[in-house]
Amino acid sequence: MNAGTGIKVIVTMIGLDGHTTGAETVSMILRDAGIEVVYLGCNQTPEMIVDAAVQEDVDIIGISSHAANYDQVIQVVNLLRAKNIGDIPVICGGNIPRSRFGSLKGSGIAEIFPPGSSSEAIVGYIVNNARKAYAAPIPEALRAS
Amino acid sequence: MALPMSADAPTDICAIVRALNAGDMRTCARLITRIERSEPNLVPLLQALYRAGGHIRIVGVTGSPGVGKSTLVSKLVAVWRKRGLRVAVLAVDPSSPYSGGAVLGDRLRMKEHSCDEGVFIRSMASRGQLGGLAKAAGDALTVLDAMHWDVIVIETVGVGQSETDIMRHASVVVLLQTPMGGDDVQAAKAGITEIGDIFVVNKSEHPEADHTVRQLEEMITLALCLHPEKTWRPPVVKTRATHGEGVADLAGHIDGCFAHLAAQPETARLQLRDRARHRVGELLHYMLEQRLRSGVGLLPENLIDSVVARASDPYALAAGLLARMD
Repeated sequence: MNAGTGIKVIVTMIGLDGHTTGAETVSMILRDAGIEVVYLGCNQTPEMIVDAAVQEDVDIIGISSHAANYDQVIQVVNLLRAKNIGDIPVICGGNIPRSRFGSLKGSGIAEIFPPGSSSEAIVGYIVNNARKAYAAPIPEALRAS
Repeated sequence: MALPMSADAPTDICAIVRALNAGDMRTCARLITRIERSEPNLVPLLQALYRAGGHIRIVGVTGSPGVGKSTLVSKLVAVWRKRGLRVAVLAVDPSSPYSGGAVLGDRLRMKEHSCDEGVFIRSMASRGQLGGLAKAAGDALTVLDAMHWDVIVIETVGVGQSETDIMRHASVVVLLQTPMGGDDVQAAKAGITEIGDIFVVNKSEHPEADHTVRQLEEMITLALCLHPEKTWRPPVVKTRATHGEGVADLAGHIDGCFAHLAAQPETARLQLRDRARHRVGELLHYMLEQRLRSGVGLLPENLIDSVVARASDPYALAAGLLARMD
């Protein structure tokens, strides 16, 4: 039930994609797995998402895409890398045609969850692949003397 | 395995303090994560930050779920940004009592400040804390304090009647209500209605809004009659946060409240003493809880069974566990 304890996720849409039902459903599925979801809703730009990722210090970013906005999705990956936080995986869900999977993954999208994906598959992927900052050892310099 | 800190984030105390003083958001963000994880080794850093801090205006915003706290905070931040002030927002939302997960939806209302380097927004889950904030909130404020923001806003979870922790962290508490919130007896009750330094009636386009304002004014007048030693009369402000209406007025009242505190050093001193006392109590509570847990471990199920069977009782079990602490 709480396999995702300690993991913080952004769930968002990009641009004019206003199909919120999927993102809100996934947010609740993740919530029920013990994950903390920062829900950004719609009308986000890639810059806004990356800005939020820095300030919220999230471990993985989930983008719901129902508007064929693949260039913007890939832009999120590129901006994360440019900001030296490319270790935050970006995953996608939505009505993305399978013919696009190869090019998206080739551009750095970690995983894609098409319609019909199970809750277990999404949660399982996040638990196993989220940036493990939350579990990382404490730097020696900060240990109490 | 990823590095514990990203390449740009410093790891030693002096470097972290320097980075925070310079306003480095990434260092701040990661530190707040580590505070949320209760890393015990952060204490020397937090001690250093606390001792150097205490200079920033902290505004608390509280009220029931859906009254418009986050939307109002966003508009307030816009007013302050126009004045050139730099603002940090700490927004708390509730954790699930079942899974421990959360859907943090405050940032969603504050889109207009994305990518503005003069604004830092951090969402935080309450993680079981019941007072309207999160356990990590106090230390997160200490970290934000070190970044020299002009204003820090702390937004509580949607509260009920008794979540009043915000008054121990903020110098000025803004309490939001909406029209149709109940009659004058509700306004006279103890708890949340006592802690507002400024009352806001949001969604003021509702026909009952003026009635709600009158009820609050009457409650405030009565409270001041009963406590003539109080020198601040909480103003009641009507806002329509989605449209930004009344928000500049509210910002003016917040300034007025800080000016009043500055002019009343004894009131301000008592408030700071109260906050410090509460913070010590809070930490003592956490430390005792930790020691209790590490010393006692999980409650043995057979002892729980003995309480269920009434062969023992909760008092005896609690006292027995306490006695096992070193």
